[in-house]
Amino acid sequence: MSTLLQQILNGLSLGSIYALIALGYTMVYGILKLINFAHGEVFMIGAYAGYFAALGLGVERYTDAGFPLYLAILVLVFAMAVAALLGASIEFLAYRPVRSAPRLTPLITAIGVSLFLQNAAMLAFTPNPRPYPAILKEVRFELGGVIVTNVKLTIFVVAIALMVGLNAFIQRTWTGKAMRAVSTNIDAARLMGIDTDRIIRATFAVGSALAAAGGILFGLDQITINPLMGVLTGLKAFVAAVLGGIGNIRGAVLGGLLIGLAEQMTAGYLSPDYRDAITFVILIIILILRPQGLLGVVRPEKV
Amino acid sequence: MHRRQLFSLAVAAGIVISGSACKKKDEGGGSDAKGGGKADKGEIIIGHYASMTGNTAHFGQDTDKAARLAVEQLNAAGGVLGRKFKIVTFDTRGDGAEAANAVTRLIDVENSTAILGEVASSLSLQGAPIAQRRKVPMVSPSSTNPKVTQVGDYIFRVCYIDPFQGKVMALFARRTLKLDKVAILKDVKNDYSIGLADAFQKAFVAAGGTIAAEQSYSAGDTDFSAQVTAIKSSGAQAIWVPGYYAEVGAIARTAARLGVKVPLLGGDGWDAPELFTIGGDALNGSYFSNHFAPDQASPLAQKFVADFKAKYGQEPTGLGALGYDGVMVIADAIRRAGSTAPAALRDALATTKAYEAVTGKITMDKDRNPEKSVVVLKIDGGKAKYESLVNP
Repeated sequence: MSTLLQQILNGLSLGSIYALIALGYTMVYGILKLINFAHGEVFMIGAYAGYFAALGLGVERYTDAGFPLYLAILVLVFAMAVAALLGASIEFLAYRPVRSAPRLTPLITAIGVSLFLQNAAMLAFTPNPRPYPAILKEVRFELGGVIVTNVKLTIFVVAIALMVGLNAFIQRTWTGKAMRAVSTNIDAARLMGIDTDRIIRATFAVGSALAAAGGILFGLDQITINPLMGVLTGLKAFVAAVLGGIGNIRGAVLGGLLIGLAEQMTAGYLSPDYRDAITFVILIIILILRPQGLLGVVRPEKV
Repeated sequence: MHRRQLFSLAVAAGIVISGSACKKKDEGGGSDAKGGGKADKGEIIIGHYASMTGNTAHFGQDTDKAARLAVEQLNAAGGVLGRKFKIVTFDTRGDGAEAANAVTRLIDVENSTAILGEVASSLSLQGAPIAQRRKVPMVSPSSTNPKVTQVGDYIFRVCYIDPFQGKVMALFARRTLKLDKVAILKDVKNDYSIGLADAFQKAFVAAGGTIAAEQSYSAGDTDFSAQVTAIKSSGAQAIWVPGYYAEVGAIARTAARLGVKVPLLGGDGWDAPELFTIGGDALNGSYFSNHFAPDQASPLAQKFVADFKAKYGQEPTGLGALGYDGVMVIADAIRRAGSTAPAALRDALATTKAYEAVTGKITMDKDRNPEKSVVVLKIDGGKAKYESLVNP
């Protein structure tokens, strides 16, 4: 029983990282109908930004006392800012010039940006895996046979806080309202006086910042990072977005948690060899049975 | 609209196809370069293929540093047959296809007299068939999987093989640590790991122990919590993890995080300082087998350690020591053969007898594997210390 609970806990923490990344895919798709394949690389760069920020702040000097919380938050904010800037720049440099082209063009552009960032990161950071600095001093405690660490709890708290924050941002602020308007009908939004370019840029920035937060949590959870960490993780988060219903923000969160759980259960009870396969089996099943995703709605095409 | 989409798809497909065609041409083109026999004058080229980057980068870098140290010392002593040595290194990035490419280029383009490499058995198994087909002697410094030298009569190694290494660790777990139940966590993408897991299992069960759980991962994985959780519930007293250092370090941390307090046991694939930077305190009390212990070495080994430190400012690993031995064994064979002709060099390598190397005496058996002793190291406070030595 405690083994099952442990696997569920581990699955949910991995799933909430997927959820944070999936939000970026789904937000961009919701607005531009573009699958931003470079998003996994933004996640990776975010993790590295956090890595270098932590080293720059002298994380290694705090081995016994633990890294102060305000510095850890500073690392998180810095990484999110770097990623937001990167996401907005990718949009500006790579996607805007091809925005009016057929939908396949931006898609291939996205794959190109993704490969470019992977290789640039290997050049800049070396391809060797690096142990992630201890931004959080690990504290373990046992709850009915289940080992809970403050790292896992932090992953939940940060992920939930960011998701609640995102929801408030989209529902309550003018920018959020404008995002919803652009997502519903970009031409009508422009006619209503919304600066759609600015809103699209903001969407990329917000999605990328969430991915960077996911990157730092991933580094804390998975111990090492490397320049290719965004490939498979990004792909799984993309499946999570499709599973929940691409374009649907709650769906992305639900999809992320389900993929994390499915992966962990498969690895724990079936065989770790199938842990990556299960994600894509789920993708195939969902595309056959419910292509709009769990929470997606079928909108009739306008004629 | 539709037509345009089709057009872009066709362009994309075209790019992919022409790209791969170019690559093939490159691979094939080189083979003409090697015409008649090699020049008998000038430098003797030792071609080294190694993972200079990637998940096993430390293996390649350390081996290469030690091999270059060996070449430097050989040349300072005047070389062999009046000729100096030169080492050419190609990076495999820890990737099988790259390993095969590297060996092809080392032979066809660089005209290597002998090939040194790889550390990882899976990669040596990619390179060995090419060296065998071209009849260029290859010496793997530290691939311990038996299959490597079974590729053919031009393939040698200067380390022990896994059936022996696995058995030593199984008996160490059973007799010295007095364990009854051990779990296995192996890398299913890695011939070395699979071979060592099998050898351990056979010997441990034969000695009366039981395998409590069998779990696996794939090289490059970063999440091991599912496997460790399953092992924890099996009640194992130790975990046999015959993998490479990057994953082993993360596994140790995961185990500590999930409250698993039993020691981890492993093989020579653990031998890199990154094991400690990644694994940290979580590895204290664990054991692994290796080729030599810097703190318990022969005078020859001590000299090697001192020379290595003086040149590179760091301690060599056991795998580094084997890279040094690999070059020295090749040089010794060339000296005895009196020529660099491939067949003569092969015969001289096969008759290597009681050669005094840094990692112990090397005598090639009929399967081109030396019989050597295994050193067991204990990890304590971020360092590996000599625990015991087992002779074959």
